[in-house]
Amino acid sequence: MIISRQKPWDELTACLDGKDKLFLVGCGSCATVCLAGGENEVKEARSKLEAEGKQVTGYVIGQEVCHLLDMKRELRKHKAEVAQAQAILVFSCGAGVQSLAEISELPVYTATDTLFLGNIERFGRFVERCSLCGSCILNETGGICPVTNCAKGLLTGQCGGAENGKCELDQERDCAWVKIYQRLEKLGELDKMRRPVPFKDYSQGAKPGRRVVERKKIA
Amino acid sequence: MKSFRQALEAGEFLFTAEAGPPKGVDVSIMLHHAHDLRAKVHAVNVTDNQSSVMRLGSLSACHLLLGEGLEPVFQLTCRDRNRLALQSDLLSAYVLGIRNVLALTGDHVLVGDHPGAKPVFDVDSVQLLQIIDRLNSGRDYSTKSPKGETISGGNELQGTPEFFPGAVVNPELEPLEPQLIKFEKKVQAGAKFFQTQAVFDHEKFARFMNYARQFEVKILAGILLLKSAGMARYLNNFVPGIKVPQHLIDELKSAPNKAEAGIKIAGRQIRELRKLCDGVHVMAIGRQGYRRDTNPTTRHVNTTY
Repeated sequence: MIISRQKPWDELTACLDGKDKLFLVGCGSCATVCLAGGENEVKEARSKLEAEGKQVTGYVIGQEVCHLLDMKRELRKHKAEVAQAQAILVFSCGAGVQSLAEISELPVYTATDTLFLGNIERFGRFVERCSLCGSCILNETGGICPVTNCAKGLLTGQCGGAENGKCELDQERDCAWVKIYQRLEKLGELDKMRRPVPFKDYSQGAKPGRRVVERKKIA
Repeated sequence: MKSFRQALEAGEFLFTAEAGPPKGVDVSIMLHHAHDLRAKVHAVNVTDNQSSVMRLGSLSACHLLLGEGLEPVFQLTCRDRNRLALQSDLLSAYVLGIRNVLALTGDHVLVGDHPGAKPVFDVDSVQLLQIIDRLNSGRDYSTKSPKGETISGGNELQGTPEFFPGAVVNPELEPLEPQLIKFEKKVQAGAKFFQTQAVFDHEKFARFMNYARQFEVKILAGILLLKSAGMARYLNNFVPGIKVPQHLIDELKSAPNKAEAGIKIAGRQIRELRKLCDGVHVMAIGRQGYRRDTNPTTRHVNTTY
């Protein structure tokens, strides 16, 4: 799940200066679960905006704001409300915000900071687990990602600073490589840790942001 | 005098010290210390933005030490350079006469004075050793030919360097096994010598040496010169991977002259550890402000060498 967090209110309203009529977009997927942009948050924001003298012309909670075609349809259903607005304020991850920028001619603002791809540990607590690096080595590391969970993203094993299995940067945080070691040992797969590791191919990674995946044949 | 490599290969007991480049361009203190160390140590390590604090570069400081008649060990970290910069800096070092390279991953930028900087870690210490090994074979680590074809084994270099690569290991880490696996990877990647993190627990060090002796590499035990109980506590709290035991802290606390006590402790450690290993690497952190004639690294080396 993509974890996002609502921007501080002052930062958010500062960019809305001069835009008094707003249409709000929330997201029914990740942003709802991480309490950044579900129906509750959008309604709450509406009240706060109205209390500050803004007019909210309407809102929609898209099922998945990152789904361009779906959002096009959703926005069409709210055509009249959108037409009255001077700007769209989006409560989703950065991909969802960009859906709206692609679909609409209006200025689009994000109400959130998009943080990471992670897991729900318990309600309201989210932990980063994947860096979307494009060349997954989880098969070699007992299903624990060192690219994400090691502070330095080391591929060949622990650094010299871990202490009692904790990261040198944070005594609350487990050393990813100690965890990998313990898990591989339990699985009887320690030989995986001894293997040479190929250099990471960063051309498969997040920069320069040209990643497109297309399945040619969809059954 | 034999080079560091020659002395190592001849099986001499090795002494190395450490020079920390200044934050700025006044190198006089560093060179004073270097001058004092001449002919007393086999080589002097030059730290690379140590503890992620921005300083004069290791490469140019190594070059200056060469000019002072000292043999440098070029400490090179992966924190601030991607694979292009690492290789390029290595070639630059070589043409300036630098041969010994200590391959390090490097501390995280978060522990230093530019915590907002982008930490690079494109490769890590093991892979850096692989890079050095490749350069030593006359090729680089590129994956594309000048014609744009994908290649394996790199492109050919004009002139082949002959680096003498080393690495670090922390023999006191718990659990030790993951550290030993990485140590072995470093050996396989071509490390010829190891300078360890500061050793305080001789039993743990002996346990490590027992394992390390199966490999054809030389081990220099890290000796950290303590100057006060406060410094020891600071190291325990803030420097990753270092644990000064309580009995040494007590010894420093009760000593009338803390600096002398620190030197005494270091001397004692060297006498005990030299039975187990191939040399010692003396780290005199935070002693740069000392006057030349009382430079503890020099005195320490004088009394034990």
